[in-house]
Amino acid sequence: MNTKNKIKKVKTNSTPVTIADNQVEPAIYSTLNLGPTHPATHGIFQNVLKMDGEIVMDSESTIGYIHRSFEKIAENRPYYQFTVVTDRLNYCSAPINNLAWIMSVEKLLEIEIPKRVQYLRVIIMELARISDHIICNSVIGVDTGAMTGFLYIFQMRERIYEIYEELCGARLTTNIGRIGGLERDFSPKVWDLLNKFLIDFPPALKEFENLLMRNRIFMDRTVGCGPISAERALNYSFSGPNLRAAGVDYDVRVMNPYCSYEEFDFIIPVGLNGDTYDRFMVREQEMWESVKIIQQAIEKVKKEPEGVYHADVPEYFLPPKEEVYNNMEALIYHFKIVMGETVTPKGEVYHAVEGGNGELGFYIISEGGRAPYRVHIRRPCFIYYQAYAEMIKGGMLSDAILTMSSMNVIAGELDA
Amino acid sequence: MENSLLLNVEEKLKLTFGEGVLSAEQHYDYPVFIVKSEIICDVVRFLYNDEDLAFQYLTTLAGLHYPKNKGMELGVMYQLHNLIKNSRIRIKVFFSINNPSLPSITPVFSGANWMERETFDFYGINFKGHPNLKRILNMEDMKYHPMLKEYPLEDGTREDKDDKMFGR
Repeated sequence: MNTKNKIKKVKTNSTPVTIADNQVEPAIYSTLNLGPTHPATHGIFQNVLKMDGEIVMDSESTIGYIHRSFEKIAENRPYYQFTVVTDRLNYCSAPINNLAWIMSVEKLLEIEIPKRVQYLRVIIMELARISDHIICNSVIGVDTGAMTGFLYIFQMRERIYEIYEELCGARLTTNIGRIGGLERDFSPKVWDLLNKFLIDFPPALKEFENLLMRNRIFMDRTVGCGPISAERALNYSFSGPNLRAAGVDYDVRVMNPYCSYEEFDFIIPVGLNGDTYDRFMVREQEMWESVKIIQQAIEKVKKEPEGVYHADVPEYFLPPKEEVYNNMEALIYHFKIVMGETVTPKGEVYHAVEGGNGELGFYIISEGGRAPYRVHIRRPCFIYYQAYAEMIKGGMLSDAILTMSSMNVIAGELDA
Repeated sequence: MENSLLLNVEEKLKLTFGEGVLSAEQHYDYPVFIVKSEIICDVVRFLYNDEDLAFQYLTTLAGLHYPKNKGMELGVMYQLHNLIKNSRIRIKVFFSINNPSLPSITPVFSGANWMERETFDFYGINFKGHPNLKRILNMEDMKYHPMLKEYPLEDGTREDKDDKMFGR
């Protein structure tokens, strides 16, 4: 190995930019390439920063490193086949994406979903929200130097993934749910795991909060770091915990209830300053609310007739295998669904849910036929990440890292 | 209630823009308005500033392509939201693929910046007045706009692959 190692020098821009009267030396800015694969940015993000010492003067984000053109794929697949692709949007809370897509299609097809299925979906989606917030909040801890909380609270995320595994066989890319309901009913083991989780999770979360919430070092690091005002956040079309941290109580679950969310009793936590600490606290509080919602949903499921896990829509929901082998009608439906020959109405719908990090919406145009004519995905990450340059301006480099992790930018959703 | 929103917005738009409003109808739970493409920024600004309507939140915007509508092939869909009264509307504009340009709405909504860049990237629509209109998700030396309907799912410039038997 005789090749010389080329040492890349950090480019320095030696031309003076502006010289004020009281400034003795001209300002010299250096350019720093943060990313695309930097261990401190969790995901593939590139930011070209203009630095004055350790202070970020200006920055430009480059995105699209894992772009896979989901919208084009959706135009070429039957409706049910696109569900697996939605897993790869925000992969920290894949079930929310799956169910959001399925509910959008159900809105287009005008399918009425039984109450019990809606409550079961609420349980799944709130579990996903908890796992999403666990990742985001514990990573804020890691970026401020607290590894312990991350390691302990991740055991709880593991427990949620075990519930997914029991529900659908997969852990990360779940593909939970089918058009018209769920693929199967909750097994006794799922209920068992869920109840155990609800007993063990609150103390674990409390422990995690004890580590960070009133920790002097953590607060010094996060209070006032990467703030955004409510006006700017609204102008940038923020949504989800980031908008609520700025003080706007916009939650799709309350504003436009889906899946019977209007029957549940929970509060929308809001922050004041829109800084990293507020974002952390909003997510923290939302996890407690999610626990409350799951407990209410379990009580509601008990009052519904047992064993119902899908609507009675044979033209969209796959019949059980025994039926397919022994019943001609079921065989015909099975064939039509699998071959993508079901009739869909013409129309256009937009359906939004409260995803892990904001308003996740699917806009579908159907011209009839097996595949949608046009699908547009409102990806919350993509929309609020453009404010990043404004939020880190004038702050320290280490604050920029912290701001990114507290915004919960997920590369899969950003680039879609 | 939804129908009254449709009539209310339609009346106000027609009062201000007259012939600029081409149609207004209800699609599922959304009132949908089609307006002329030249006035889109004025329409959005009017809806933003009107005290009663106050559509001050841009939910999303997306490009559309209908190759069969000659002279009106391309389009853009805007979704606005009034967070106080919780009413949502959708506005659409259509224009020819030979002159795909319309005013940018970035002066009203900062958040439209990347959304318009994405629409430019995938549909080749030029937003006049956009501060930084360049490709965002695709590579910069790409020669075509991949979401247009004439391009197949896989790389539209490849010739070595024959999808006759397995393509859709």
